Amino acid sequence: MVRGEFLTMLGPSGSGKTTCLMMLAGFEAATHGEILLNGRPINNVPPHKRGIGMVFQNYALFPHMTVAENLAFPLQVRRMGRAEAEEKVKRALSMVRLDSFGNRRPAQLSGGQQQRVAVARSLVFEPDLVLMDEPLGALDKNLREEMQFEIKHIHESLGVSVVYVTHDQSEALTMSNRIAVFDDGIIQQLASPPTLYERPENAFVAAFIGENNKLTGRITHVNGQSCTVDLDSGGTVQALAVNIGGIGERTTLSLRPERVLINPPADKYPNAFEAKVEELIYLGDHIRTRINFAGNDQFVVKVPNAQGHVVINEGGAVRVGWAMEDCRALDA
Amino acid sequence: MRAADGTPLKVSIARAMRRNRLLALGLIAPLFFFILFSFIVPIVDMSLRSIDNSVVPGVLPNTTAALRDWDGEGLPPEATFAALAADINAGRESREIGKVATRLNYEVSGMRGTIMGTARKIARIEEGPYKEALIEANKDWGETETWLLLKRLSDPYTFGYYLNAVDMRFDSVGNVVAQPEFRQIYVNLFIRTLWMSLLITGLTILLGYPIAHLMATLPLRYSNLLMILVLLPFWTSLLVRTTAWIVMLQSEGVINSLMVWIGLIANDARPQLVHNKIGTIIAMTHILLPFMVLPLYSVMKTIPPSYMRAARSLGANQLTAFVRVYMPQTMAGVGAGCILVFILAIGYYITPELVGGTSGTLISNLIAYHMQQSLNWSLAAALGVILLGTVAALYFIYNRIVGIDNMKLG
Repeated sequence: MVRGEFLTMLGPSGSGKTTCLMMLAGFEAATHGEILLNGRPINNVPPHKRGIGMVFQNYALFPHMTVAENLAFPLQVRRMGRAEAEEKVKRALSMVRLDSFGNRRPAQLSGGQQQRVAVARSLVFEPDLVLMDEPLGALDKNLREEMQFEIKHIHESLGVSVVYVTHDQSEALTMSNRIAVFDDGIIQQLASPPTLYERPENAFVAAFIGENNKLTGRITHVNGQSCTVDLDSGGTVQALAVNIGGIGERTTLSLRPERVLINPPADKYPNAFEAKVEELIYLGDHIRTRINFAGNDQFVVKVPNAQGHVVINEGGAVRVGWAMEDCRALDA
Repeated sequence: MRAADGTPLKVSIARAMRRNRLLALGLIAPLFFFILFSFIVPIVDMSLRSIDNSVVPGVLPNTTAALRDWDGEGLPPEATFAALAADINAGRESREIGKVATRLNYEVSGMRGTIMGTARKIARIEEGPYKEALIEANKDWGETETWLLLKRLSDPYTFGYYLNAVDMRFDSVGNVVAQPEFRQIYVNLFIRTLWMSLLITGLTILLGYPIAHLMATLPLRYSNLLMILVLLPFWTSLLVRTTAWIVMLQSEGVINSLMVWIGLIANDARPQLVHNKIGTIIAMTHILLPFMVLPLYSVMKTIPPSYMRAARSLGANQLTAFVRVYMPQTMAGVGAGCILVFILAIGYYITPELVGGTSGTLISNLIAYHMQQSLNWSLAAALGVILLGTVAALYFIYNRIVGIDNMKLG
């Protein structure tokens, strides 16, 4: 991890991301392997000497202290002088725009304000690294989005490194420099958000990040970058060979709904099929279209609600097509 | 606005609400009457007994009426003697005279003999002059002090019992004076009750806090086992537990024998551990321990481990995190446990009675003595009211300092 980076650990619950965070913080012992901070192994350093800030899922603000006392706590245990500590507390409060709330108790604050205090408290002693364990999980949607930007801005202005845990992929995509996708205790892919979305390396990542059309089949032919796949439901598809075995092996094809075109220009794409429209869902900016092609009726296409977009009717027949590069052949 | 049947909505809602209210009242009525007749009425009745002084004016009505005009100098006039003779005679026939004898004996030892002796001889005194005849029957009637005592007790209410309860009394002319030294027992007993209750409360905190903390933090399997161990004494009879402590602590008992066996003490120097203060403190601490552990546990259970983790991640070591973050949050439980244990301890009766000997008994044992042995219910009531008042005052102070709303019982 690079200094100043915002790294997110993303994964379904039970995938080991919180355990991993607790190992970084020192609350769980790593069974093997080494944890390095600034090149120094910290496996045997107790949590209070690691100098890592942490924001907890339920904020863990001390209820018997005021906001200012909460912020002053890490400074007091470091035996910082009173005047200096007060100055830092004031600065931290103004950073999260809660200047006048110093004398309130945590219970007198709203969820978002408590969240900001928790962030301020984890940063007030100027750690190199801050860990955040699903800090926005308890907030409603609007507040969560607002706080995402706020945390991102604080991160950018302070240049502190952040390890962030969430199960919300849009949150991960919004905030991170890099995302580590966890499943079953293993990092499936560690990459920047665009790479993760556009070039997933295995079927789990493709399915977990964003919406995805999943087609299964068997490889019949490999030609350098591209391969030919016979679908289980019938039909043959040209796909980009990313993570496949040899000829005759099974593979999962991943295709983003927005990369599928309705009525594409003839002969432009190697993949073109006749399909039947099963269902239309109007979503404002786009129309979610569920179509049935070659016996696969869960195939979704996003038709942007742009000027002059194709008019389709439920039950009608359409042609769909997509580029070879947009259809990634991954592990089975 | 109108409801569906045409009545105004307000009326219709009020009617529906009234039915619910009546139903609610009906449901709590059995408990209310039970509490009223088994708790409130007896307490009020006993409290009134502590100032009740109706025996003398009730049984000797003519005498008290006659004494009202007496100036207290010398002996009262012949008419008063005649009234007394008539009252004693009537009291003897109605068998009420014994009450007066007992009542006067509380004030001056020996008055029982005076009254009962006079009552035995009263039948022979058929006509006046009564003055000489009564003095002949018992020479106390020739003393001014006897008559002053009767005059003082002719008021239907008195604070004399409260004075007795704080080791004071009225002297013969009605001044408040301290009891003679050898009769001063109650104030010392109140003080002993208070400090022993405080000590027991402190001991239960010291012993209970770590147990409660363990129960709240251990995995469920072990904490359940601990919980059973804590609750086990609860399921055993109080008497069994107390007598078990006698077996443990007596001079030939388990603990002494064990200490002799491992050579800690000499066989002929076994310390006295029971039938004194030590016995009361040990047994009561054990018996009241669950009342401290349970509120502590219920509060500690609600403190998520993330607080301690947060404190540690912010740079506090284990001890600092515990003292500055964990302990303040358990204060609600400590307060609840303290007030429970202290109030229970201050009125504890059975255990000090059995293991307390003479030096380890509490005020409640003396109240019971006056209820059951000396039958001086009014003094018992006065002691009880003072005890109740002390608890109420301490509760008030506690509420002022800690705030009863901060208390959590579970």
